[in-house]
Amino acid sequence: MTAQAHRTGSAEALLEIRQLEKRFSLSGDFLDQLRFKGGKLVRKQEYVHAINGVSLDINRGEALCVVGESGCGKSTVARTVMGLLSPSAGEVHYDGTRIDNLGSRQLLPFRKRMQMIFQNPYASLNPRMTIQQTLEEPLRLHHPDWNRQQVVDQVEQVMTSVGIDPDWGKRFGHEFSGGQRQRIAIARALAVDPEFIVADEPISALDVSIQAQVLNLLMDAQRERNLTYLFITHDLAVVEHFGTRVAVMYLGTVCEIADTATLFAKPRHPYTQALLSAIPRLDDDGPQHIRLTGEVPTPVNLPSGCVFHGRCPYANARCRQEVPALQTQDDGVRVACHAVEEGRL
Amino acid sequence: MALLEVNHLDVHFALRKGDVHALRDINFTLERGERLGIVGESGAGKSVAAFSLLNLIAKPGFIAGGEVNFEGKTLNTMSERRLRKVRGNRISMIFQDPMMTLNPVLSIGEQMIECLKAHRRITTKAARAIALDKLQQVQLPSPDTRLAQYPHELSGGMRQRVIIAIALLLDPDIIIADEPTTALDVTIQAEIMALLLNLCEQHNVGLILITHDLGVVSQVTQRMLVMYAGRVIEQGPTREIINDPQHPYTQGLINALPQMATPGEPLNQIRGSMPSLSNLPSGCAFHPRCNFIRRADGQTRPACVEQVPGFVTSGNCQVACHMVAELLEDRRLQEESL
Amino acid sequence: MTDSADKSAAAMPALPGRWERFRDSYLLYSFKRDVIAQLSLLTFIALVAIAVFAPWVSPMNPYDLAQIDIMASELPPFWIDGSDPTYWLGTDAQGRDMLSTILYGARVSLIIGFGAVALQAIIGVSFGLMAGYLGGRVDAFLMRLADIQLSFSTLMVAIIVGALVKAIFGGATFNAYAVPLLVVIIGLAEWPQYARTVRASVLAERGKEYVDAARVMGLRSKRIMFRHVLPNTLSPIFVISTVQIANAIIAEAALSFLGLGMPETHPSLGSLIKAGFDYIQSGSWWITLIPGAVLVVLVLSINLLGDWLRDVMNPRLYKG
Repeated sequence: MTAQAHRTGSAEALLEIRQLEKRFSLSGDFLDQLRFKGGKLVRKQEYVHAINGVSLDINRGEALCVVGESGCGKSTVARTVMGLLSPSAGEVHYDGTRIDNLGSRQLLPFRKRMQMIFQNPYASLNPRMTIQQTLEEPLRLHHPDWNRQQVVDQVEQVMTSVGIDPDWGKRFGHEFSGGQRQRIAIARALAVDPEFIVADEPISALDVSIQAQVLNLLMDAQRERNLTYLFITHDLAVVEHFGTRVAVMYLGTVCEIADTATLFAKPRHPYTQALLSAIPRLDDDGPQHIRLTGEVPTPVNLPSGCVFHGRCPYANARCRQEVPALQTQDDGVRVACHAVEEGRL
Repeated sequence: MALLEVNHLDVHFALRKGDVHALRDINFTLERGERLGIVGESGAGKSVAAFSLLNLIAKPGFIAGGEVNFEGKTLNTMSERRLRKVRGNRISMIFQDPMMTLNPVLSIGEQMIECLKAHRRITTKAARAIALDKLQQVQLPSPDTRLAQYPHELSGGMRQRVIIAIALLLDPDIIIADEPTTALDVTIQAEIMALLLNLCEQHNVGLILITHDLGVVSQVTQRMLVMYAGRVIEQGPTREIINDPQHPYTQGLINALPQMATPGEPLNQIRGSMPSLSNLPSGCAFHPRCNFIRRADGQTRPACVEQVPGFVTSGNCQVACHMVAELLEDRRLQEESL
Repeated sequence: MTDSADKSAAAMPALPGRWERFRDSYLLYSFKRDVIAQLSLLTFIALVAIAVFAPWVSPMNPYDLAQIDIMASELPPFWIDGSDPTYWLGTDAQGRDMLSTILYGARVSLIIGFGAVALQAIIGVSFGLMAGYLGGRVDAFLMRLADIQLSFSTLMVAIIVGALVKAIFGGATFNAYAVPLLVVIIGLAEWPQYARTVRASVLAERGKEYVDAARVMGLRSKRIMFRHVLPNTLSPIFVISTVQIANAIIAEAALSFLGLGMPETHPSLGSLIKAGFDYIQSGSWWITLIPGAVLVVLVLSINLLGDWLRDVMNPRLYKG
């Protein structure tokens, strides 16, 4: 892990995540942590290790997809980058400035440049605010010098750009369908003209036909506004279509980072291979996936060595002891796997 | 005679603004050992269809017309007592949320044994042996310890395996599975789906799989129904529909999948969204979203707006679409004139 | 910018005005179908109206000593022999007209009830909001404070405050400021109810994505709390307010009955009940029972309304 940790991003990296860690305490406050053990009072603290030493660079103009199954820490990465969670260790740099330790006031200029789109369009709009109010709020905050007309014009422009009729501004969120709500949530993120957007599973709560609409909208926005995306998803089919590069996460660590085309053509990490083979494709008749044994371990008691060794068909003694580091392959793909390194795979 | 026959099934929901037609004129059959998929987006009525088969729709919903025949007996007019002998015994259900089936305060073993004893005259020891055997069939690791465990001690994937074991407990003829893997991760989903498929094939059990996932349907089922706004709009052999969908909605649904487009290019989207059942468009419910509503000469096909399309047969499939009907009619006329 | 513009626009019904929205609301719908709710609302409005307009509708002014005729004391209501037609519901031991006294008494009870609940709500909602949204130490401190407050009963607070005021300023001052004092006493004693309810719903709302969205936008905590979170916790606040008003009126009546509340010269329903209690034995039951019945009807109508409101606003039962 450490080998690549200090490889600071290339010149065009907009966002750099360095050795990010996030633990959540399970033990409550001090009194709850006290336990009797063998007649002695001991303090016992338990943590969920949501992310463990994740380093990622996101380049200007690209869409970096972070993919993994539930509990792999991908959403925690997104929320930590946006400052909704503060990291337990590690740093987040945005355009050369470290932002993870900034106060809310110093962070304000960055809020205008980086925005977020959430998973559940039924929860991400305030039910007591009209669409107009929802969209005006960020503008009034970030452009206190604008007059009423400028604000209204910008709202109208951004509503049109996401395909929502500006005349609907007086309505409340619950009057819209899921797809329309997600468009409104996207409009709210785009209203302040950001350059970087974190999208946390933005289409997984939507129906298939609506997913395509929203995905197209996100791609159009990227092209027209030159956006950079950190796109969190569990759906590899979407990644293949949308991503410039892909980072595959498992149990809080990145196991493979590659260009999308390379990853889909030649997945290296055994977990990536299993994940790819598990996508239900239309063109085959039966599920022919790589069988993984066992279940995902809990992030409370992380396995020793490679976090994947318990389910990996290629695991050996070294995998059970030594944590693999991300290593760059000939074609630029970076994989954290002893089997790949030793040529066993 | 088919094992299960659904004829002209209508389901209404009595709401305060009047009845809403949740299902209209559903017809299908299921042969012994056959696997049928019901596909649709949320609001299409696919879950209502599943629940209405066993007369399990909750109020304010009710079956307003049509019948569900199982081995020649009409289920929807049967008394609750006799119906209970079919439910769980001959036809069992698997839900998306395993906790709908599992009782959190009873151990897995207690629930399975209780279920067996409710339907059969059997000793606890024999019931335990059957339960153990079913848990082995679903490849649950160390099944005898699982019997003593409670549902919350198992992971999501293991719970869904237990659910499948319970569904198989009484050797049913049909399993109805409502989005059985939607809440699970991809790798777990693939395993559970493969397991379900295997078990159905092994024991010659019929499967009705309700899902929004076309990939899953294409891998598991032999025939499928596509539903839209409470109606079936296309039905036939799964392969044929997936490879050559006739209805514009089915085409749109398949083409909208990211795997059908070139990476980086826009996806083929269907515009608009599913209408609410209480406010359906006139004629074909899909017409406001349909790209084929205009004929080749630029004229709007009036039938699409005015008239609900009936089924026409195209190959082995049945399609409810005026455009397809017109194409077929044209082709027939051409063939006749030749 | 996209051809994806949602064409189902046409399918959207016209924007309803405020009145139309209310007319189509579930609230009105369920009210129309609930006879008990209608009756309770009617009773409640009637009682509030006559209490508010007591100075104009009541035949006499019980506070005006000139209108009191001590010779006409303990007259029975009109349906009993020996009644005087001037005094419809009879008179009390001091010769005050019962009807007028009850109207003025209900007025005092309602003022104290609403006032105390307003105070409870202001303290309880702000503390609950802060505890739920800010969490951590603020939460721990405020909730322990609530626990301590709840461990003092309303009665103990009243006795302590009443005794202190009487000892320091004398009984006359206490009597003169009895209404605001009772508002403060009942208000202070019961704020934790609000704080706990609000905190629970704030905790539920705080986990929702619209709050995250507001944070990502860079809004200050204060604005998020009051503009985003608070409006979404109003339903439970409404529901417990009904219960709390009923409770406050009962608490006031209980305090007055024990002699810790309103003086008899300026009676509330509670002090009327107390004043008449001594005369039950002598056969003048109406001095106690009639104000008692009014109190029961008032509290019952509020509680029944509260029950209905809770059923309507319960999000799990809500079907639009």
